[in-house]
Amino acid sequence: MEWEVVIGLETHTQLQTNTKIFSGASIKYGAEPNTQACEVSIALPGVLPVLNKEAVNCAIKFGLAINAEIAPRSVFARKNYFYPDLPKGYQISQFELPVVGKGAVTIQVPAVGKNPAYEKVVNITRAHLEEDAGKSVHGAVEGMSGIDLNRAGTPLLEIVTEPDMRSAAEAVAYAKKLHELVQWIGICDGNMQEGSFRCDVNVSVRKKGSDRLGTRREIKNLNSFKFMTQAIEYETRWQIETLEDGGTIHQATVLFNPDTGETRAMRSKEEANDYRYFPDPDLLPLEITEADKARIQTQMPELPEAMKARFEAQFGLTGYDAASLTASRELANYFVATVDKGAEAKPAANWVMGAISAKLNAEEKSLADSPVGAEQLASLLKRIADNTISNNAAKQVFEAMWNGEGEVDAIIEAKGLKQVSDTGAIEAIIDEVLAANATMVEEFKAGKEKAFNALVGQAMKASKGKANPAQVNELLKKKLTA
Amino acid sequence: MALSIEDIKKIAHLARIEVSENEAAATLTKLTGILGLIEQMQAVDTTGIVPMSHSQDLAQRLREDIVTKTNQRDEFQKIAPVIGNGATEKAVSHGLYLVPQVIE
Repeated sequence: MEWEVVIGLETHTQLQTNTKIFSGASIKYGAEPNTQACEVSIALPGVLPVLNKEAVNCAIKFGLAINAEIAPRSVFARKNYFYPDLPKGYQISQFELPVVGKGAVTIQVPAVGKNPAYEKVVNITRAHLEEDAGKSVHGAVEGMSGIDLNRAGTPLLEIVTEPDMRSAAEAVAYAKKLHELVQWIGICDGNMQEGSFRCDVNVSVRKKGSDRLGTRREIKNLNSFKFMTQAIEYETRWQIETLEDGGTIHQATVLFNPDTGETRAMRSKEEANDYRYFPDPDLLPLEITEADKARIQTQMPELPEAMKARFEAQFGLTGYDAASLTASRELANYFVATVDKGAEAKPAANWVMGAISAKLNAEEKSLADSPVGAEQLASLLKRIADNTISNNAAKQVFEAMWNGEGEVDAIIEAKGLKQVSDTGAIEAIIDEVLAANATMVEEFKAGKEKAFNALVGQAMKASKGKANPAQVNELLKKKLTA
Repeated sequence: MALSIEDIKKIAHLARIEVSENEAAATLTKLTGILGLIEQMQAVDTTGIVPMSHSQDLAQRLREDIVTKTNQRDEFQKIAPVIGNGATEKAVSHGLYLVPQVIE
């Protein structure tokens, strides 16, 4: 029996605002417990919510980025449930009329084994504004749970997809794409450790070819792409095995345990949710005009797809290179700045994706902390382009720049890496090499091509790597065939 | 739509309201009455009428994204039933509101 997995995602992105969605309390991460829990956050009687303009702007930005319908009128609703970290007894969310309607995101699914990489469109059902709950702290006091309401009221945009994904790889490709996009447009810092980007994944399986959806189970609160892959793969296997053994799947909320790599259903009592949504009488409908959208549109950065196409057209980069460079806005900006400072595009692309990325990865740094800025990289690339240094020497110079040993020209001078392009000097070296390696010369003349490369190597060595390799090649050929 | 006594108990539980057996029967009668009223209203033709989500025909006013609230934890916690006290309990409990243990 062939099975097919069907996956949809609900992602909570924490919006990058200064204050909470319905009050002027700070949302800065890491504050002492409850020091950012104002009267609205702790739900004292009589307080009223006042909507944060910036949270609305973030929602509009997202809607524009995914080409979605942005509702001219949307409504806040109360989602009722009891839990100690939700002191009002309801979460303010949006239900029937969300701020962002249908849109779409194009994802790149990477190659796996023999299966090539491919593109796919994932449809977005909706995105709505809501407030986060507080945090429960277990185990701090015997027999009690501690409640920290600093997070209560933090603005979230919950982004919901259609059940469009058909593998863990597709789900993760979507999650990564969304993660990149919300950071690109500046609405979310993307920090998964701090919970700024959390995914709930709905998984069901069905017989291949069936157009009916199976019963789904929802894996809650995945905050790493690695865990997401593991959780989906485990859950899919479990559902298929259950059905093949004649069992049935019951709708449930499950948690993923990273230690065991397994998913486990929460107790049914906790999942028996009946939220009794109704419009929140404390809030009027949110109206967004065409003028609001036009104003936000002017603040939107060039989106990754558009920038990728531009890199291909303007700089002649391959699709692969252009896609890699637009994987984050930071990386793309760094590349553009390097080119703006006078570097050629193709070498700039290679160095940004190669040496720079490798160094950053090895030292777990972000581009912002790179000791070699775009301007410095450009000055290095210009010295390669004007034949002052070879590519090999450039690697040494780069290393020295990275370690803070100074500017390009000073390092080239200090290390004596300047390339020798003086024909007379190179000829002198070649003459010495030919005299010292008579056997190789004979071999070459007898038709052994390899001997030529060996002679080039000897000449480069004799010049301590400083001779211009192209000139060495040319002059050596001339002398040998003379 | 007919309600049962079980529905009443479920709704009461979801709302965390204690309803005795006697009260449940009375509540059933009252709620059924309300639903009956709604059934009557459903006979009205509402074609073309935009559903109302608020009694006032106004749009939500927005607040600038500026921090205006200061830390008033000590004031707020004076009226809290139990709070964590780093001095007598584990230090990490300091500043937390404490509630009967909730198992995840």
